Amino acid sequence: MKAERLLTPLSFLAITAAVIIMPAERSGWNFDSVISFLTAFATTVAIFAVITLGLNVQWGYTGVFNFGIAGFFMVGAYTAAVFTKSPAESEFVRYIGGFGDSLAFLPFLDSGQWLPFVFGSVAAALMAGALAFALSIPTLRLRADYLAISTIGIAELLRAVVLEERGLVNSARGLIGIPRPFHDFFEPDDYKFVYFGIAVLVLIVVFVAVERGIRSPWGRVLRALREDELTTAASGKNVFGFKMQGFIFGAMIMGIGGSIYAYERGSVSPDTFTPFFATFIFWVMLMVGGSGNNRGAILGAYIVWGIWTISLQLQGYDMPEFVRSRIFFVRDLLIGSLIVIVLLLRPAGLIPEERKVSLFIGRDTGPRPRGPTAEPQPPDEPPPD
Amino acid sequence: MVQAIVQILITTFVEPLTKALRNARERYPALFDILGAAAIWLIFAALVLWAITSEAQLVVIGIIVGSILALGAIGLTLIYGIMKFANFAHGDTMMLGAYVAFFVLTGTVARTAREDTELPWSIGSLPGALEPIGKLTFGYGLIIGTLVAAVVIALFLVALNHLVYRPLRKRGSSIVVFAVTSLGLAMVTRALMLIIWGPDPRVYVSGIHIADKYDLGFTTITLKADQIFMFAVAIVLTVLVYFLLFRTKLGKAMRAVTDNPDLARVSGIDTEQVFTWTWVIGGALVAVAGVLLALQTQLNPILGFVLLLPLFASTILGGIGSPQGALAGAMIIGISQEVSVGIDLSIGGLEILPLAPAYKFSVAVVIMIFTLLVRPQGLFGAKA
Repeated sequence: MKAERLLTPLSFLAITAAVIIMPAERSGWNFDSVISFLTAFATTVAIFAVITLGLNVQWGYTGVFNFGIAGFFMVGAYTAAVFTKSPAESEFVRYIGGFGDSLAFLPFLDSGQWLPFVFGSVAAALMAGALAFALSIPTLRLRADYLAISTIGIAELLRAVVLEERGLVNSARGLIGIPRPFHDFFEPDDYKFVYFGIAVLVLIVVFVAVERGIRSPWGRVLRALREDELTTAASGKNVFGFKMQGFIFGAMIMGIGGSIYAYERGSVSPDTFTPFFATFIFWVMLMVGGSGNNRGAILGAYIVWGIWTISLQLQGYDMPEFVRSRIFFVRDLLIGSLIVIVLLLRPAGLIPEERKVSLFIGRDTGPRPRGPTAEPQPPDEPPPD
Repeated sequence: MVQAIVQILITTFVEPLTKALRNARERYPALFDILGAAAIWLIFAALVLWAITSEAQLVVIGIIVGSILALGAIGLTLIYGIMKFANFAHGDTMMLGAYVAFFVLTGTVARTAREDTELPWSIGSLPGALEPIGKLTFGYGLIIGTLVAAVVIALFLVALNHLVYRPLRKRGSSIVVFAVTSLGLAMVTRALMLIIWGPDPRVYVSGIHIADKYDLGFTTITLKADQIFMFAVAIVLTVLVYFLLFRTKLGKAMRAVTDNPDLARVSGIDTEQVFTWTWVIGGALVAVAGVLLALQTQLNPILGFVLLLPLFASTILGGIGSPQGALAGAMIIGISQEVSVGIDLSIGGLEILPLAPAYKFSVAVVIMIFTLLVRPQGLFGAKA
């Protein structure tokens, strides 16, 4: 059992080492280029961790089986883009909105550098939440697998709308030139550190919000209905209402994640939001990290995006042409096998959910009484403080 | 705050509606049941009648697409009904079947992104193997390739069952774990196809295929001999599966497991054996479906996942676990898809149809969600 305990730190260290060493070696141990590579990597991890936290609220805590993450992610990213861009001018680039200039209405503090982005993220959260609300009415009462099929279908339907409706968000060519928050305040070379700070700040805010929400009485109802809907209903809770709230809360977080993704990339295109990339990768992140554990969700985002990045870095190395020309497919193979192996061998993930009713048990009331009928504790649970 | 807003929205808009619907449903269950099915059939019948008088060709193509979908959907519905989980890898397995047949026929794999390597010998180098049979475009080589693909895919799925699904089942995993695992396997299958055969689309037989004209009295339609073959294969295989399910002991066991796995087990049915046979049947059918699909369109690794939604839509519309339902569902989905992107319809000056081609598969999604709302057990499914 000792070896198993080492799995989490070891996988963390292995990914970290690979992510540092590989670009360092390729750039000839150039410190600056390694730092800028790591910053870009960490920024993407932070953004994807936000979306994985949203999925954790839906699946890990509420038990809503959402296979349509790509839809909420896409709605968030596009909403943020149309809220921060200037209006479309040429007849070849057509999209709705473009509120960026009119939202910078505060005459002080250079509001154009930050106000549209706040509005963009809030609007992204609201739009994703509204989509979740609309979807939950027909689908949330269905069985878990029907819900999954419906959500994956609706995400694809939304992508078809984006591709086909030319006046909506510039169809297949996507939106480019999305402005970035605080961009004019800094040197272009330093900006990546600033945006990394913004992404981490958003991640921390979302993490604290989810942790507090889940440990509140509201969160306990969500976890109760995940375990047993009938018992929760018998305790006088409106199962459908709470499920809907969990679904909407998670979707809003995904919308926020989509908005900070759009600001970071500076462009959004419908190709990103395919089920294979934009839905599946977050499920792998959550399952690898440990569903029902927010720290696990973040660790999972780090490890899976690490593997993703490493397999692209491999391109720079000497290897047979057969593998080099297929490196993207080998990466897909790795990620697909990873989820199957994790679900087979370590279904609870790297950091399993803590089976605790309340943080105060043990601290305020003394150790939990353990009679002969007490459940055996999982071996890797840390002893109560 | 958000919670309060959501709560208000739910109590004012959603709850009265759902409550009224639920009350009505509880008071007149039979009426709702019949109304749901009748609504689906009537809408569909109206669509077909109207479409056949104006664009019969589209309906015919829809039937061909429907028969390909049916072969995939029958396997999916059996797996879904017997093992109780949604197999998201089914679309990619279908494409893998098409590629295995391609490999057996031509011995071709991709060497780099642009170049191919051919094995020195393949079925295609047998004398006359590529000679077209009658008016068909392919020779007996492709038929051998299809049979080999059916066996290979069946073995592949049985191996996955033993290596992946059985351990999960033993641990008593939830349907969600099965679904996520199958999505992972879908990704693995697609990556394998891309690694071995590359991303560029391929065809079995290149060149222009001549279609024949048929006079139906009120209109003429054009059909290729291959398409008649596809329809015939689909009907024959569906009838075979129907006989297997309703006339053999294995079929009886399969139906028993569909109804109630625990009861089946205590009555002495070896459920693991039933599962294995289900994968064999589903795999063989889906491999044939893949070959027919590639004949109708092309071999393309990304096509597998695109087809997953129409497959699921057919399964849910027909009722999970019912092969005749899957056939009916697949025909409805196939015809609706083709008709809705090909036919003109405007009401009061507002152009409703044709839909843009990108919406072809969205039609299946809409039909599926409509089914789940009005008749969740599907057209032929047992009452949930």
